[in-house]
Amino acid sequence: MNPENADILKEGLWRNNTALVQLLGLCPLLAVSGTVVNALGLGIATTLVMAGSNVTVSLIRNLVRPELRIPSFVLVIASFVTAVELLMQAFLYDLYLVLGIFIPLIVTNCVIIARAESFASKNNVGRSLLDGLAMGLGFTAVLLLLGAIREILGHGTLFSQAELMFGDGAQWLTITLLDDYRGFLLAILPPGAFLGLGLLIALKNVIDRRQAQRATQAVAIPAQPDAAG
Amino acid sequence: MKLDTSSSPFIHSGANITGMMLRVCLALVPAIIAYTWFFGWGLCINIFIAVSTAVAAEALMLRIRQRPLKPFLSDGSAVVTGLLLAFCLPPFSPWWITVMGAAFAIVVAKQLYGGLGYNPFNPAMVGYVMLLISFPLEMTQWVPPNIVNQLQIGFIDTLKIIFFGEYPYTLSIDALSMATPLDTVKTELGLNVTVSEIVQGNAIFGDFAGVGWEWVGNWILLGGVWLIYKRIIGWQIPLALMGSLFTIAFFFFMLDPDTYPSPMFHLFGGATLLAAFFIATDPVSASTTPFGRILYGAGIGILIYVIRTWGSYPDGVAFAVLLMNMAAPTIDYYTQPRVYGHSKDEPHGGEH
Repeated sequence: MNPENADILKEGLWRNNTALVQLLGLCPLLAVSGTVVNALGLGIATTLVMAGSNVTVSLIRNLVRPELRIPSFVLVIASFVTAVELLMQAFLYDLYLVLGIFIPLIVTNCVIIARAESFASKNNVGRSLLDGLAMGLGFTAVLLLLGAIREILGHGTLFSQAELMFGDGAQWLTITLLDDYRGFLLAILPPGAFLGLGLLIALKNVIDRRQAQRATQAVAIPAQPDAAG
Repeated sequence: MKLDTSSSPFIHSGANITGMMLRVCLALVPAIIAYTWFFGWGLCINIFIAVSTAVAAEALMLRIRQRPLKPFLSDGSAVVTGLLLAFCLPPFSPWWITVMGAAFAIVVAKQLYGGLGYNPFNPAMVGYVMLLISFPLEMTQWVPPNIVNQLQIGFIDTLKIIFFGEYPYTLSIDALSMATPLDTVKTELGLNVTVSEIVQGNAIFGDFAGVGWEWVGNWILLGGVWLIYKRIIGWQIPLALMGSLFTIAFFFFMLDPDTYPSPMFHLFGGATLLAAFFIATDPVSASTTPFGRILYGAGIGILIYVIRTWGSYPDGVAFAVLLMNMAAPTIDYYTQPRVYGHSKDEPHGGEH
């Protein structure tokens, strides 16, 4: 992979992660991360919409007048969301019922319009597709992690209701980590989502700082530690 | 000759945080004894668990945050947080409830915000609310005073209940626990029973509020007045809190004494007095200006009444305190006192 593409991937998955760094699209992130399966469903839907809208916006970027770009982008995004919603209604009806209003609300997820405006409208199709996928996967990863934390703490299970996503044959996926667990309601309620996200952001900052420290030590500059320290 | 100059204050009362916190604990001792007398050893054990957890959590967080242990641990603020939290819990709560509450109070509500002096919310109340919304079952297992159910549960038996969930005399928590006076009033009012019928039909009601509870309330009141006398806390918050609660309760009581309990019931019921003197007066999370403290206390009193009367929880002290904690910075901003030498029209000291 050429370094430019690797950079786009790294931006989306880590350095400029939508959930941990840009803090965009928090509403679905906080609302739907109660279980891993819900998180996975919404994450995949968002990734698909983001990849599709990025490609389309990149294709039409030279045709749309700058004054009209925002409405056109919204139209593009809305079409993809409608498509994804209909697909889910057709093939994942139970999950569609669980996620409810949060699927149409992907339209208003500011991550998607932000990527369309700041990346896809300035880059070619291939790079835009990669950016959409990377950003979407970064979002999905945080959603999954948060969903896992909240589900383990709140219900003591993992992948509960896996049949919603993978069909009836997938019930074996559900792992009960703690038998007889009475549940920790705070993790399932909204405060749990905020606390969990806050802890994840803190964790990312700690990892970044450690890496920066190691980098400065490796270079072994004799000067005092700079702002990165 | 050399003249040393020093700046004011020249007379120092010797007050420090440790002394303050020590006096707060002392003021609670009579209430703790009364509570133990009426409700058994549960409170004492809970206090021990909560205080040791709070101090341990404080030490752990200070170490992680690389702060010196000795000055921050010896200020006693963690002890007071543990003490107040334990006072709010049902006496036979399982040990892990108390441990979780105290740890959450110190780690999340206090140390994550930067430790003593930086926490916008009262740590004990954050811990309590966390427990209340997470474990509704355990947090409503209140027991009546032992003069009502004629059950004396000894120290060892209480230890067994708290640590192992083993009940003596083939009792269970369902047999032991009972609705609190506030709970009873709330449930039965929903069944269209009048207040006077509720009070007469239940043995847990005393002169003003619940038997036992009102006596604990008296001792809290006494301890609180001593704190005001010692100038550990200001008079504004307790007076405004009790005054506003009394006024609004009196208004509705006069309107319809059958559906609204008496103002004395509200003052001596639930955690009102504990909140007025010990919880709302937390110097860090409360309002700091004299007039601001009156607004702050009055706000808590009104919110307590609103939550108790029209909310879904029987008591609203913790929520009321946390909501007013949120409002405290704004109240402080608008109630800055006039600085000597400046006119009223120049807020915040004006230009120099």
